[in-house]
Amino acid sequence: MSWETLCQNFAEDSFWRLACDSVPKISQGTLLTIEITFAAIAIGFVFGLLLALGRVYGNRPIYALCSGYVHFVRGTPLLVQLLIIYYGLPSFEIRLDPVLAGIIGLGINSAAYQAEYFRGAIQSIRAGQMQAALAIGMSRPQAIRSIILPQALRLVIPPWSNELIYTLKYSSAVSFLAVDELYWTGHHIAVKTYRYFDVYLIIAFIYLALVLILTKIIDKIEDRLRIPGLEIKH
Amino acid sequence: MASEFLVRIHDLHKRYGHEEVLKGVSLNVRPGETKAIIGPSGTGKSTMLRCINRLTDPDQGQIWLESTEVTAHGVDLNKIRQQIGFVFQDFNLFQHLTALDNVRLGLMKVKNMPKDRATELALYELKRVGLEHKANAYPNQLSGGQQQRVSIARALAMEPKLMLFDEPTSALDPELIGEVLKVMKTLADEGMTMLIVTHELGFARSVCDEIIFMEKGFIVEQGSPEQLFNNPKQPRTREFLSKLSELYGESPA
Repeated sequence: MSWETLCQNFAEDSFWRLACDSVPKISQGTLLTIEITFAAIAIGFVFGLLLALGRVYGNRPIYALCSGYVHFVRGTPLLVQLLIIYYGLPSFEIRLDPVLAGIIGLGINSAAYQAEYFRGAIQSIRAGQMQAALAIGMSRPQAIRSIILPQALRLVIPPWSNELIYTLKYSSAVSFLAVDELYWTGHHIAVKTYRYFDVYLIIAFIYLALVLILTKIIDKIEDRLRIPGLEIKH
Repeated sequence: MASEFLVRIHDLHKRYGHEEVLKGVSLNVRPGETKAIIGPSGTGKSTMLRCINRLTDPDQGQIWLESTEVTAHGVDLNKIRQQIGFVFQDFNLFQHLTALDNVRLGLMKVKNMPKDRATELALYELKRVGLEHKANAYPNQLSGGQQQRVSIARALAMEPKLMLFDEPTSALDPELIGEVLKVMKTLADEGMTMLIVTHELGFARSVCDEIIFMEKGFIVEQGSPEQLFNNPKQPRTREFLSKLSELYGESPA
């Protein structure tokens, strides 16, 4: 039995009929949204961490460079950044596939925000931790890797999970590059069926479900990485 | 340059902004000696200690560890610091690691020791400070005194030539001070070379070979415990000691 015939069990024009009919397209869109979000978050994580390290430990030029990046990216709209990458870069003979352009745009945007979360966490580690590491003969990079980051990355989880959620939701901006992610897929269906309220409601609830799942996963990770003796009892 | 001294400090100066906290301090330590540095707060005692392993960079003056000039340009600081154990006032145990890992980390990362060998040595050091049974505890599951003993074990594991203690008991509840001092006394008895900034005059008197009284960036007076406590030459030393004994209600005998 095909999906279409299955959906015919619902009354014509009912909400559930619409929902059922939309499942194939919307699940594709949802999958693409998840892919874009994770790719962007991963790019943002790597560059964000480097930016944060540059701002905390870098010399003057590195500090200035990293700070400049963070200020520029945080000071300009995500949408404008996406449009520059997708529609602007071809002027320099750089043509990107829209999904890739979206991932890169979201990624470099997220990097700036993640950098600030990381910087805050790194700077909240007490200076004595670094000194103790240096005192036993560790190099600064060794101390950062083995002492500072393992603590900072644990501390950063709660604020960082905000960024994960934002990125998931703001990935809908990639629709401006005509990428058929979750929001844009829904939009197509809404326009075609004139069922704006129902369709957008479905879309909204899918975002909500994804956010709740991510939140749950983050909580699990946080639990698992908790340092004994430092836990806050719920 | 061979020398009878393990540590030589010559004319050390350090300035923070307009305030000169070290105004020319010179000091020598022979192998096996234990010296206590006493004096009012903010007189450069900790700063001097931190200059020895260059956690703080002096502005002027030289420090030698055996024949190596610690203060020379381009010296391999990581190599030097491996040879100098440092115990902090507030322990500074690595918060995310167990007691065992705190002690073992330097062996594995700095000395590139294989894990099983490092574990063995780390457990031995924990045993030395009486905390073998707490190997798997995290810092925040330990009392202050236990944390400080782990931090001593962490320093000892690197097999240092010199141990520096920066007010090791000042952050401890009174009932926890004894266990830390006991470990330090054992170390002194075993012949470890130690420089200890402390307010524990009783301990300094009974364990240390020499007492150094510092004030306002200078060494005011130094000498054997008997001489310094019973017959201080400088009026400032006398004043400081009597103030402390007033505070604790007894002489530091």
